[in-house]
Amino acid sequence: MKAKPIEIHDLTVSFQKKPVLYGVDLEVEEGSLVGIIGPNGAGKSTLIKTIMNMITPNGGYVKIFGGNQKNGIKRIGYVPQRESVDWDFPVTVMDVILMGRYAHTRWFRKIGKSDRQVAQACLEQVDMTAFADRQIGNLSGGQQQRVFLARALAQDSSIYLMDEPFAGVDAVTEKTIISILKNMKKEGKTVVIVHHDLATAKEYFDHLLLLNMRKVAYGPINQVFTHELLQKTYGGKLTVFSEIASRAAKQPEIENKMQRSEN
Amino acid sequence: MTLIPEFNFSKVFLEPWSTSTLINWNGQIMLMGFMVCWTCGIVGSFIVIRRMALMGDAISHGILPGLAIAFIISGSMGLGSMFFGACIAGLACNFSIEWLHTHTKLKEDAAMGLVFTSFFAFGVTLISMNSHLHIDPGCLLYGEIGLVPLSEKWKVFGFEMGNRSLWTIGLVFCGVVIGTIFFYGPLVVTSFDSTLAKSMGIPVKATHMSLMLALALSTVASLEAVGVILVVAMFVFPPVTAAFFLQRLPTILIGTFPLGIIYTWGGFHLAYWLDCSIAAAIAVVATLLFIPACLLGPNGGILWRLKFKT
Ligand SMILES: Nc1ncnc2c1ncn2[C@@H]1O[C@H](COP(=O)(O)OP(=O)(O)OP(=O)(O)O)[C@@H](O)[C@H]1O
Ligand SMILES: [Mg+2]
Repeated sequence: MKAKPIEIHDLTVSFQKKPVLYGVDLEVEEGSLVGIIGPNGAGKSTLIKTIMNMITPNGGYVKIFGGNQKNGIKRIGYVPQRESVDWDFPVTVMDVILMGRYAHTRWFRKIGKSDRQVAQACLEQVDMTAFADRQIGNLSGGQQQRVFLARALAQDSSIYLMDEPFAGVDAVTEKTIISILKNMKKEGKTVVIVHHDLATAKEYFDHLLLLNMRKVAYGPINQVFTHELLQKTYGGKLTVFSEIASRAAKQPEIENKMQRSEN
Repeated sequence: MTLIPEFNFSKVFLEPWSTSTLINWNGQIMLMGFMVCWTCGIVGSFIVIRRMALMGDAISHGILPGLAIAFIISGSMGLGSMFFGACIAGLACNFSIEWLHTHTKLKEDAAMGLVFTSFFAFGVTLISMNSHLHIDPGCLLYGEIGLVPLSEKWKVFGFEMGNRSLWTIGLVFCGVVIGTIFFYGPLVVTSFDSTLAKSMGIPVKATHMSLMLALALSTVASLEAVGVILVVAMFVFPPVTAAFFLQRLPTILIGTFPLGIIYTWGGFHLAYWLDCSIAAAIAVVATLLFIPACLLGPNGGILWRLKFKT
């Protein structure tokens, strides 16, 4: 049996004794496109950061391809929430993407010509070739998100974790990103994405993790994206959301899209 | 009595270079100034992009007790003991700050302010208690670059190598340049996105520590010449000024070289004219250059921004 790309067992994380994640078990299949959905403060970012070994859990463990997490994260491309980076940093778009190539160079070895070619190709994929020499601070939010995506592409990882890549991007950028994600999936990569828009979830992902401190449900999208489970995830807290959720869950896809344009 | 001495071009700019003795003497001062500006400028660039400018302040003050204890124990000012003491104190300072802000509710800036002032005060107390050490606390603040040519000769196995202060800063400068060239990648990636660095197996903590050590070493090497104040100024002014004109880190790093030359050259002659401390004059020149850069610099300068707004 082949080892799962991400295996999480009984994971508990708390900040100042207040639990944020509690007893989360998860096994992600290779080549799946997973959405993580849950209300604000549900622990979605915390889960991703714990997988990336940025947060030490109070209990449980994370295994990457059946092995130790510290080595495993070398095979993960992580796209952080956009706010987590200093955008005044004196680097150009190209420099940022080349950073993704350091995983493939040894100590002392410099970025080479082939790395540049890879980076150039990644830039093309996200439609940002014209911006290669721009300082990253002089980009719009959506463009910044594309740069992050291109950097992840340049890493050429087996697993990708992305924290809200669609936050604050326009419809065109969203389309670009989603088509790249689908491509990644085709190449057999495992992609995990924190997502907020219930209306598009069904269309984008093939697996879904519903999270609210605990794992509410995980599985193939048509089994998990149900009115009942979404209600359970959002509790009574977000009535506005649950309204959309229930409609989205019940109705066919064409109408989902219509609702999206209404929002 | 006039407040400002009359400006006389040939007296200010030509006289210091009129005889070979003067050229030799003042040349050493200039060389010292260049190397201090370059060393601190390079280390400072990395500190500033990491948003740790205050950390430069903290470490450069925090090494003082280490120096004092090294003097007291070894009874001399040997290079080895000085560097060793400074590194230990610098790291202690760094760890105290980190401990305070992770284990108490203190924020990082408050922890820094607390730690470095107490370290500095402790160092000054030690020094003034041991007056036989012949360290002038005032000199620690603003240094005496004019006396660099008088610095003792550095002896290696009995061979006389020449001016010790120049050798010290020269070695640190070379170390910093070589370190930057070899570890440029890890330095940039850990500064920009430490998670990415960690996931690639780049040792984030070790990189941070090495940078703190480089900070401590460049401070020690610069201290007797320019004092703590100018050390801190030289950590911050070159990268910040250059960033108004240049967009990429490599060019900013290279930009510290011409800036260092202008600062030292300008400061030296300004001090010659006004008959004031050279180190202070260098900082004044750095400020005078910063103001137009901040106004006119194409990369985020105030006037450019106004132009684009309207
Ligand atoms: N560094 C921290 N220290 C203390 N508490 C934290 C920290 N980071 C997160 N938390 C808390 O953990 C909980 C989960 O946070 P997390 O960022 O994982 O939520 P999220 O699901 O990503 O939310 P959002 O949708 O708003 O991004 C929140 O209640 C938050 O207040
Ligand atoms: Mg989040």
